[in-house]
Amino acid sequence: MTFISYLINGISLGSVYAIIALGYTMVYGIAKMLNFAHGDIIMVGGFAVFLSVNSLGLPPLVGVLIAVIVCTALGVTIERVAYRSLRGASPLAVLITAIGVSYLLQNLALLLFGANTKSFSSVVTVPAIKLAEGQLTISGETIVTILSCVVIMIGLTTFIRKTKAGQAMLAVSEDRGAATLMGINVNGTIALTFAIGSALAAVAGVLLCSAYPSLTPYTGAMPGIKAFVAAVFGGIGSIPGAMIGGILLGIIENLSKAYISSQMADAIVFGVLIIVLLVRPTGILGKKIHEKV
Amino acid sequence: MDNKKMKKTTKSSIITYAMVIAVYIIVEIMLKTGSMSSLMQGLLVPICVYIILAVSLNLTVGILGELSLGHAGFMCVGAFSGAFFTKVMAEIIPNVGVRLFFAILVGAAVAGLFGIIIGIPVLRLKGDYLAIVTLAFGEIIKNIVNVLYVGKDSVGLHLSTKDAVALKLAEGGEVIINGAQGITGTPHASTFTLGIILILVTLFIIMNLVNSRTGRAIMAIRDNLIAAESVGINITQYKLLAFAISAALAGVAGVLYAHNLSTLTALPKNFGYNMSIMILVFVVLGGIGNIKGSIISAVILTLLPELLRGLNNYRMLIYAIVLIAMMIFNSSPKAIELRMRLVEKFCIRKKKGAA
Repeated sequence: MTFISYLINGISLGSVYAIIALGYTMVYGIAKMLNFAHGDIIMVGGFAVFLSVNSLGLPPLVGVLIAVIVCTALGVTIERVAYRSLRGASPLAVLITAIGVSYLLQNLALLLFGANTKSFSSVVTVPAIKLAEGQLTISGETIVTILSCVVIMIGLTTFIRKTKAGQAMLAVSEDRGAATLMGINVNGTIALTFAIGSALAAVAGVLLCSAYPSLTPYTGAMPGIKAFVAAVFGGIGSIPGAMIGGILLGIIENLSKAYISSQMADAIVFGVLIIVLLVRPTGILGKKIHEKV
Repeated sequence: MDNKKMKKTTKSSIITYAMVIAVYIIVEIMLKTGSMSSLMQGLLVPICVYIILAVSLNLTVGILGELSLGHAGFMCVGAFSGAFFTKVMAEIIPNVGVRLFFAILVGAAVAGLFGIIIGIPVLRLKGDYLAIVTLAFGEIIKNIVNVLYVGKDSVGLHLSTKDAVALKLAEGGEVIINGAQGITGTPHASTFTLGIILILVTLFIIMNLVNSRTGRAIMAIRDNLIAAESVGINITQYKLLAFAISAALAGVAGVLYAHNLSTLTALPKNFGYNMSIMILVFVVLGGIGNIKGSIISAVILTLLPELLRGLNNYRMLIYAIVLIAMMIFNSSPKAIELRMRLVEKFCIRKKKGAA
């Protein structure tokens, strides 16, 4: 029974990673850049909910909505101000700019909210479920997290398959030049991708802070890196890959925390990543691109 | 014959050495006349550490052309093996200076070895995948050091990953690496002079490498892997060589760092990916592949937050904004075009003035 409860907690944590990783992977697929600031958008989402629910006393759902709106606006603004002018520059320059944006968000939060840990009261109102005569308890947060992950996954896949904007995203990620020639608004599509990715980060922020109720300006950094690992794990640029990678990562992390050593959990997660990449250099579902002379 | 005219590369190297020595003389004069604040004095050794790290990372990123986000991991290996060596050898080699000299060699050797071990699998990957795996290795190293317990007694060395008690030390035994508490009581032997000497050695190694046949082979791999392979360059060997040298020099920086502290712990702050990223920022802002640039940007970017200390809470914010602005100004295609136009305008005006 304990194993199953660890497993379920792992899936729950993994679902959060998966939601973050989806944002990472979409941005990577389309803008071909590692958005290091993605993790900090999670933190901003967390603070938005914290302020609106805990301080202003708004209902939780309104708080989540505010967080999504704030993060979406933030993501689009960052893209417009910092990344768009660097389109066509070397990938390293874009990476460093993203790191700069990450520092900026962290320090801005530090100035506005201080370094103290805020205790975040969960916004989830779903009651916990007791199974197997009370031996197995699944918390409301876990249920909501896993459900939202599934809903987001289905929604996102449908969006990309069925809508024009989704098809435009695919086209831009395939070949930006050709997409421009076909009359696709490349800048608009990239902005849309950032908007979706940031909205997902906001949702992830709310779920993460509900499950682990402490909030600091650095809350987003480590989950951000882990989600990046998850995205690479599943094959960066692939949406189902991000999902699988995220959930596997969460399970591995939770099980190694439970059975091996809580201090070594991160090392084990990274170790598994290395092994996967050595066997499959482009991740589990990544496409292999042959280099031509 | 040609000997009278110096080669361009030799001239550039001499300018770099001269720059470092000139700064050294100025700083020494300032120290002697007492016109340097104690805050600045405390920064001298860290700046040397950062310069060595930046220059050595430039070998991987600029010359080899692979993005590494795990440089702090090699620094961590060097720091811990060097500090461990000075602690263990305290009785055998009583002279601190000699011990530190050997500690530097040990740190470099162990970090270089790790460079080879990690490089063999990692260098098969490319681009962002390579970046994330180096980041992963850096984090793993930091994690392992945090659960490592090593003690010494009359029997020999004891090793454990559980806790200090599990070492089962005999009476009079001493715990040297105490898990997350790290190594305490390393002699405070790093000096600014030593730092400058190590910088000069680092520069000597890297600049000679870059201007040699080996260096040209490495740069050929960076510029076009397939073309380099087709003219018979052994890709793996050269890549590994550059990566290992870069790691070994990071290890040297680590030893210098370790002997500047009384307690050495592997925190996310000093050996985590944030540190690797900070060094990468030095390299990128200094100009990828430009050794002189790395030195200058390491100095300026270390001093900048300290100079902004008066602004207190705003300093990191300003640092971030400066970073973003500089990247956009430096690399944005539009900004480059604008700069070109300004330069052109200026030149034309100058010509008109002359005529």
